[in-house]
Amino acid sequence: MRYAYYPGCSLSSTGQEYDMSTKEIAEILDIELWEIPGWNCCGASSAHLTDHLLSLALPARNMAIAEKEGLDVLIPCAACYARSKAAELAVKESKEMRTAIEETIERPYEGRAKAKSILDVLANDIDIEKIKENIDTPLKGIKAACYYGCLLVRPKAVRFDDPEDPQSMDKVIQTLGGESVDWAFKTECCGASHATTKGIVGLPMIERILIAAKEAGANCVVTACPMCMNNLDMRQEQIEKEKNYLLDLPVFYITELMGLAFGVEPKELGIDRHFKDALTLVNDILEEGGRTL
Amino acid sequence: MKRVGVFVCHCGTNIAGVVDVARVAEESRDFPGVEYAADYKYMCSEPGQDLIIKAIKEHKLDRIVVAACSPRMHENTFRKCIEKAGINGYFVEIANIREHCSWVHTTEKEKATEKAIDLVRMAVAKAIKDAPLQKATIPVTDRALIIGGGIAGIQAAIDLANAGHVVDIVEKGPSIGGKMAQIDKTFPTLDCSACILTPKMVEASGHPNINLLTYSEIEKVEGYVGNFNVTIKKKARSVRMDVCTGCGICTEKCPIKTESEFELGMSQRRVIYTPFPQAIPNKPVIDRTKCTFFKNGKCGICSRVCAANAIDFEQQDEFLVEKYGAIIVATGFELFDYSVYGEYGYGKYPDVITGLQFERLVNASGPTAGKIKRPSDHQEPKNVVFIKCVGSRDIAKGKSYCSKTCCMYTAKHATLVSEKIKDAKVYIFYMDVRTAGKGYDEFYNRTRENYNANYIRGRVSKIYQSGDKLIVRGEDTLISQPVEIEADLVVLATAMVPQLDAAALAQRIGIGYDKDLWYTEAHPKLAPVETHSQGIYLAGTCQGPKDIPETVAQASAAAAKACGLLSKTEMLTEPIVSAVDEKTCAGCGLCVPICPYKAIDMKAIQERVQGITIERKVADVNSSLCQGCGACTVACRSASIGLKHFTDEQILAEVNALCL
Ligand SMILES: Cc1cc2nc3c(=O)[nH]c(=O)nc-3n(C[C@H](O)[C@H](O)[C@H](O)COP(=O)(O)OP(=O)(O)OC[C@H]3O[C@@H](n4cnc5c(N)ncnc54)[C@H](O)[C@@H]3O)c2cc1C
Ligand code: SF4
Ligand code: SF4
Repeated sequence: MRYAYYPGCSLSSTGQEYDMSTKEIAEILDIELWEIPGWNCCGASSAHLTDHLLSLALPARNMAIAEKEGLDVLIPCAACYARSKAAELAVKESKEMRTAIEETIERPYEGRAKAKSILDVLANDIDIEKIKENIDTPLKGIKAACYYGCLLVRPKAVRFDDPEDPQSMDKVIQTLGGESVDWAFKTECCGASHATTKGIVGLPMIERILIAAKEAGANCVVTACPMCMNNLDMRQEQIEKEKNYLLDLPVFYITELMGLAFGVEPKELGIDRHFKDALTLVNDILEEGGRTL
Repeated sequence: MKRVGVFVCHCGTNIAGVVDVARVAEESRDFPGVEYAADYKYMCSEPGQDLIIKAIKEHKLDRIVVAACSPRMHENTFRKCIEKAGINGYFVEIANIREHCSWVHTTEKEKATEKAIDLVRMAVAKAIKDAPLQKATIPVTDRALIIGGGIAGIQAAIDLANAGHVVDIVEKGPSIGGKMAQIDKTFPTLDCSACILTPKMVEASGHPNINLLTYSEIEKVEGYVGNFNVTIKKKARSVRMDVCTGCGICTEKCPIKTESEFELGMSQRRVIYTPFPQAIPNKPVIDRTKCTFFKNGKCGICSRVCAANAIDFEQQDEFLVEKYGAIIVATGFELFDYSVYGEYGYGKYPDVITGLQFERLVNASGPTAGKIKRPSDHQEPKNVVFIKCVGSRDIAKGKSYCSKTCCMYTAKHATLVSEKIKDAKVYIFYMDVRTAGKGYDEFYNRTRENYNANYIRGRVSKIYQSGDKLIVRGEDTLISQPVEIEADLVVLATAMVPQLDAAALAQRIGIGYDKDLWYTEAHPKLAPVETHSQGIYLAGTCQGPKDIPETVAQASAAAAKACGLLSKTEMLTEPIVSAVDEKTCAGCGLCVPICPYKAIDMKAIQERVQGITIERKVADVNSSLCQGCGACTVACRSASIGLKHFTDEQILAEVNALCL
């Protein structure tokens, strides 16, 4: 399998673990990642608040490069995925928009190269047997609150899973030998940048998600979005301090847990870089499987 | 040579304010065949009609053109008028110079006048080609069929029966009563539903003119107005109605339990059962899908305990063929399946229930004996949240229409909660409050003022379970603030939807339905209980959401219409129907599936060709079924099927008059 790979800005900054772990598991699963040469920022939230055409043209340029190579685009970040999918659908839906976009990016893009979330690929494209046969350390002891966030399976046009009660990440966790808990906050918004710009609004949103995960009996949260990771992982201690209680919920990228199950060293996956200690739980899993940190 | 008279109407200023009517009359005098032309203020008035009759006699006119309003308004008036003058009613043509001209070209008087002249020119050309048509008579069977035994069907049956007509009610369930039997109290007066329904059910079952065919369905409808032949399937009850005494011992002893449909899954019933205590007929049926005797021959206890020997495991479905003059469709409604709403938990939270389930929870004969207890742990709820418009007015996940009854029944539910649970708190999420109706808005205001119901304008974005509470999150759009309520019970006012098999039944009986599968009336204002199929009427919620008062009113209206038909021994039929030219008909049958009224069949005819008799197939129109829509005439490749009064020759004469 060969995909064009679009890491996007966050995977080269705050979300480096996501990039590292994605590359690790891709190799094990025989997925060849062709990183889009000269890729640009997808614009994420700033572009579509500024100008509609700009918000489509930015991701379309990356997609066009992949299209020329004849590849679909694998995108780990949920926001990049949503914007790239929006560009793909826009050129398919309207001839006028396609012309406008093509003129802006000065290259053709017909929407043949499809935007694919990495979660979609892991849950639906890869043969489940292929995943199973690579498992070295089953995720025994993991009770994951699979957290999809508000963007990954919405809106209707871009979704690859149920927008209210998605299951694909749960399926992957279960395939890897872990448990996933049933909880009501799978698609709740984490507040995105509000935690930074308006803490009074953003922090309670994060807190609510973490508490719900805890109440549902989870011992970790799993995500497929660098923004969600930032909020849930980095802000956790701040909330714990303010509220004077311990949440103690390590947060993982789905790719990290898969890498772990495939026998990759936690360091190579970037798990040691988390804000909230994740290694204690990881160590338990490894010991269960006869490995140590 | 035909002698045509042209009569141009002013319609007060409706036409004359735009069209130069005098000039229209003037110019039409020069059209070929026109002997006489006049204009007048109101042609449809008595003096107007007299003017026509006088002119027919004086000028020996034999074809009439009236340039006036739409033929839908007064074609019949003028047909009757010229019949009085002794000429065939179908010799009148209407040129619609109001709806098609003056009303749409108010600012272009000159052009409107020219258009009116052209419309008259065409009508004159057609009138010359008009052939005399005669209405035929067909006999009428004095017996009515009512499909569905809810309050609509029951009311229509009682009215017809009291007027002296024999009525059969075909009800698919084991008892009549419909949804009203499940409702606790009725808005706006809060009288007990059973107390006002049961007497009607008893009246229907005891009426000498009414036959109840419960546990029965419509298999096939053939024939036409006045003469429907209907095949009815009486499903095997496994209980002999003639000997069963309704003692109920079989139900008591039956060892197998299953979910009760009547209690909407909130309690159990036996496998041999009557759906509710006041059921009519009060005789049980065996649910064969659940009965162990039917599954593996074991049990048979009911048959052993029945003193009357009424249990009959061998009973077969029975098919009856009956003849009816009129049919009233009263198949009612169902509730929208809210499990498409992921934000409300896809139907997986036990304490999120529907309004109808709530009716059972407050009902003294319901699963909780009238004490409001929530399904999960049978505790009395303190905080109750109601959500309106679930599936209604939601084009994304539900239906575009308003279900009309939920604003009122939710207000009713709120008062019932407050009456039964003194310290309860009630919250109602709404989009609008729509309480038009006599005493309705007063009822709603009382709910707010005297019962402290907390109305919150906004939608609920999410419900989730947290411990033993349901957290309801939404927005109060009046203060633009998110709200979060810890609820013990959530009640959804789910949309009214047609029966699941509504489309299939409509096709079987030959009536129309709209995009949502509600049955369509012949005219939304002027023929609200008729269908496009003559002799078939609509009553109650099968036509669209309604409350009980409206349902009953419509049922009585449908009964009155059916009475009008059944009170005659024979009726006149419209002669504007299709006719087949057997000489050229190739027997291809293309017209058969096109006809929406199933009026065309193929028949064999014999013919002598070069001395030999051959048999071939041709199309045959049943003139009683044909509604004159003309669909078949377009389908026929050899133009062998034509609509009387709208023949190709007549239409082409109009085209030629305009274009040549
Ligand atoms: C929760 C709730 C509360 C309500 N409260 C009130 C209230 O307080 N006051 C008020 O005025 N209105 C109320 N209503 C509205 C009321 O229920 C309806 O107006 C009324 O029941 C409509 O009667 P119906 O005869 O048209 O339909 P139904 O009651 O649905 O009866 C239709 C009957 O036809 C039968 N049937 C269906 N299909 C077939 C078939 N193919 N062959 C044979 N039989 C068939 C059904 O089994 C049923 O018996 C309420 C509605 C709901 C949902
Ligand atoms: S009656 Fe009221 S609650 Fe029901 S659909 Fe109409 S507006 Fe909504
Ligand atoms: S005119 Fe219409 S109703 Fe009459 S036979 Fe033709 S298709 Fe049927």
